Amino acid sequence: MKPADRVERVPPSGIRRFFELAEEKEDIISLGVGEPDFSAPWAAREAAITSLEQGKTSYTANRGRRELREAIADDARERYGLDYDPDEEVLVTAGASEGLDLACRALVDPGDTVAVAQPTYVSYVPAVTFAGGEVCAVPTRPENEFKLTYERLERAGAAEADALMYCYPNNPTGATMTGDELAEVAAFAREHDLFVLSDEIYAELTYEHDHTSIATLPGMRERTVVFNGFSKAYAMTGLRLGYALGPPEAVTAMNRIHQYTMLSAPTTAQYAAIEALESCAEAVAEMRREYDRRRNFVLSRFDELGMDCFPAGGAFYAFPEVPGGDAEAFAEGLLEEQGVAAVPGGVFGEGGAGHLRVSYATGLGELKEAMARIESYLG
Amino acid sequence: MSSHSDVLGILRTDARTSVEDIARQTGLEEEDVEEVVAELESSGVVRGYRAVVDWKRVGDEPVRAAVELNVTLDRETSYNEVAERVAKFPKVESLHLVSGDYDLLMEVEGESMSEVSSFISEKVAPVPEITQTVTHYVMDTYKDQGIEFGDGEDDDRLSVSP
Repeated sequence: MKPADRVERVPPSGIRRFFELAEEKEDIISLGVGEPDFSAPWAAREAAITSLEQGKTSYTANRGRRELREAIADDARERYGLDYDPDEEVLVTAGASEGLDLACRALVDPGDTVAVAQPTYVSYVPAVTFAGGEVCAVPTRPENEFKLTYERLERAGAAEADALMYCYPNNPTGATMTGDELAEVAAFAREHDLFVLSDEIYAELTYEHDHTSIATLPGMRERTVVFNGFSKAYAMTGLRLGYALGPPEAVTAMNRIHQYTMLSAPTTAQYAAIEALESCAEAVAEMRREYDRRRNFVLSRFDELGMDCFPAGGAFYAFPEVPGGDAEAFAEGLLEEQGVAAVPGGVFGEGGAGHLRVSYATGLGELKEAMARIESYLG
Repeated sequence: MSSHSDVLGILRTDARTSVEDIARQTGLEEEDVEEVVAELESSGVVRGYRAVVDWKRVGDEPVRAAVELNVTLDRETSYNEVAERVAKFPKVESLHLVSGDYDLLMEVEGESMSEVSSFISEKVAPVPEITQTVTHYVMDTYKDQGIEFGDGEDDDRLSVSP
């Protein structure tokens, strides 16, 4: 039996090819990793272990343990001013990625168009395509520090779309958006009746200003689903735990698919997550301080090396422009000659070409060495 | 003040970080970093810099002991005076006034068990205000000054991921 057409329409990830190149080399320093180098805070890991010792290995409610949904709702209210009902408007998912996929499958009809701000995390376009939707790429620009603007949306034809999907703080650029900047996006969404899928997985990792969620802006709550989770802030990527917050109809529709496919998010991870929300704020703050030191270090080094790099204020990525403009060739040469892996920006969609995603989720010692090698590579 | 705490945070993680790298990590100018470090030192906030050593790997492992000291004070003597007197001995690595069943917690280091024992019995115990000592010899060290002594964990992340 041959793969379905909707699968054939999605090419394998460009990251995969680069991963294979990197795997062939020994002793490389990787700036290509999209996850924290820390382990989850010990208190969270211990809660997971305890839950296993107590034999808590059953399914949970489809939407996730009530205790966790309540903790999530409290946390979202306290940190971001988001107000969601744990029974009707919170869905615990296997990573924010599952939530994004559910939203596309539950809300996008075949033939619907989803505007996707790019460059962006590699899963959005496939998620829309698998759901039978069409993608309208909205390229963001280095001169706007890769922020989404009213003008960029208009120019890309997003007015005709049914929904808008983006991620800020952004992977791969590290760009963030302030409340004022998001207000433009919100105005566009209201004027053109767009539903918004807002991936806020990096919300805890901002260094210049506090994170604002678009769902807190006037008239947006009813047309937005917010995605977040424990992977980045709490360094729990492998535990696969995220959540979606949205109006009851959207969350109920997403849960309809979730209950027949995932049933419930990983139980052990849910126990870890409850503890993370209860007691790990200081651990998150310490990781944030460490990322910020590394961010400053990396940005100053790019400045010294004469590589143009906007002051990325979030996540754990810098997105410098490569000299000569061919990022694929630059990245392959850097890996081959100096043993430093970084992902060429083009794999993250339109607007990413000519740039390199540099992840600073790596210890300062290695970052120093990697930057010295980039300096030698530049000659 | 925040530049002081930023620089202090970096020095606490790695006191050998160069002025140049501290500047890069904090966004301060190098001259400003030098000034902040000088202020931290002259005001006595930063008291010194030492290597954290895993002596097991050196071979010539010193003998270390944690010693509980009970102190009885009279009208003329304070904890400070007793502590200052004890702290002057170079063998005393650290000395803290603590709450609980005893008063001072002292860490001592010497070349042999007999050297440490005689130091405690001949130099510390005779101090008139010190009424009792309980010595705990260190048998193994797993973590010191925030640094773990294990073999560390390998980075098992995928080398490139989205």
